[in-house]
Formats: sequence, structure tokens, C-alpha cells
Amino acid sequence: MFFDSFSDFIAMGTHGPYVWLCYGIFALTMIFNFVGPRLKRKQVLKDIARQARREDA
Amino acid sequence: MWQALKRLYHKMGSPKWFYEITERWSPWFLWIGTALMAVGLVWGLAFAPADYLQGNSFRIIYIHVPAALLSQSAYIMMAVAGLVGLVWRMKMSFIVGKVIAPIGASMAILALLTGAIWGKPTWGTWWVWDARLTSMLILLFLYFGVMAIYNAIENEDLANKAASILSIVGSINIPIIKYSVEWWNTLHQPATITLTKKPTMAPEMFIPFGVYHLGILLLVCCVGVCAHTYRNSMARAPHKLGKETTQSIIKIGADTYVF
Repeated sequence: MFFDSFSDFIAMGTHGPYVWLCYGIFALTMIFNFVGPRLKRKQVLKDIARQARREDA
Repeated sequence: MWQALKRLYHKMGSPKWFYEITERWSPWFLWIGTALMAVGLVWGLAFAPADYLQGNSFRIIYIHVPAALLSQSAYIMMAVAGLVGLVWRMKMSFIVGKVIAPIGASMAILALLTGAIWGKPTWGTWWVWDARLTSMLILLFLYFGVMAIYNAIENEDLANKAASILSIVGSINIPIIKYSVEWWNTLHQPATITLTKKPTMAPEMFIPFGVYHLGILLLVCCVGVCAHTYRNSMARAPHKLGKETTQSIIKIGADTYVF
């Protein structure tokens, strides 16, 4: 372990905000990459269902 | 060996095989990738020593450099896929290009944002219009261009062609990004990781980097081949389907109707 304490680890010297902001953005990007396609898939299914209803009517 | 590769190439060109193979591989990619990435991140964040010059802000490198490398290799892959699609009329190849674009764009955004945040404590500024930063921004716009073409053009053939041509022409930007730190006097530091030379990083910093990079690479492959994205791109254009097909899609979900 490089840091002496947990608060040391959070503070990252004086660079805490920069480092943690980067890792936060990274986490969001990865989550979006996985969740995005799923949401789009739902949307596509909904569109197809709507289209089918229109054709029935 | 050559024959086996050739066979794999032809198999991957057929949607049926592509679907089967990727479906089998992608959970492995997902879990091995997640594990490697977790190990690399904890190692890099908590155990690697701080940089003697930049202090702890150097830990951003564990995200920044893999994201930048991935955004460029994804672009090359997109351009190659476009070329293969145009020359051999391989449909699968257009789908690959289409699926990679948003993933590559997300990596380019990640690289640009983490770069800006890293720049603040290191250079004292969020952004400069220097060669490396500007050419990376252009890479992002190229991705946006390809995505915009697919969104804007309804005709699938036309969209495939236009997007492929844009990605092939845009690949001129890749060597410009790579050599920008050598050709011009930039604020950006020269490459840390190269194929030919030893990394300019101490081993205790570099090993977690390697572990993490492999992890994110596998994960991105997983997202990329991830059947969800793939099926999505096929599930568009329902107007081409007959009524019975549409009904069965609604019953069983979009997954199965494609083939």
C-alpha cells in the first residue's frame, strides 16, 4: 500500500479531486457502454410493437 | 494456421456463425476483463508509487492512455471493416463498423476529458490547441460524423457506403495523432508506451497499467461483440418485415428473428 491512511488515499496528495473526477467519468462511460445498448434495444422492440399495432388497425 | 485463420474469417462473415461464436465468447471476455480491470485499478490507485514529478495526479494515466489507444485502434478497426465491406460486399463487416463507432467515440471522449482534468494540475490549463489535443478532437468528430451518417440516412446501403468512405478517408488522422508529439512542439508529453521500446515507466507503475489495459480491452471487445448491440443494429428497419414476422418478434423478442 502506497498511502498511510484511507484519508490519505482519498486526498491523493493535493490531487484528489482531479484523480477521483477522472475515475468517476470512467465509471460512467463504462456503465453507459453497457446500459446504452440495452435501453436502445428496449426502444427498438417498442417501435416494432407500435408498428405492428398500426398495421393491425 | 493460415487455413484456420481463413476459415475463421469466412465464418465470422456469416451472421449466423458470428452470432454463435460471439455469444459463446462474450461472457468470458466480460468476466476476465472485469477481473483484470479491477486488479489493475486497485493496484494503480493504491499500490503503485506516486510520480516524482507529477505526484498522484499521474494515476490518471491508468484511464487516459488505454482510452486514447482504444479510441484509435477502434477507429482503425472501423476503417478496415468499412474497406472490407466496400471491397468484398460483406454485410457483417458494415455491421461491425456501425457498432464500433459509438464505443470508439465514448473512448475518445473519455481520453479527452481525463486529459483535460490531468492537464489542469500538470500544465495549469484544461485545454490548449496543440497538435495532439486537436487531432484527438478531430478523431471524436470523425466518430460523430460516422454516427450521424447512420442516423441521418434511411437507405441502409447508402448509409453503409457513406460511413465506410468517411471512416477510410478519416483514417489519415490516425498517424497524425500518433506522431503529433514528434512532428510538432506540443505541451503533451511523448508516448509512454510504444511497441518497439521499453516503456518509460517504472515496472511497479507499468505492470498494473498492463493488467488494466488488457482488462479494458477485453471489456470493450465484450461490449463490441456483445450481442445486444449487434442485434440492435439488425433490429432496425422493421418496415421490411411481413406482418407475421413482426408479430413473432413481439412474442419472442428481437433476438431470434434476424436469421
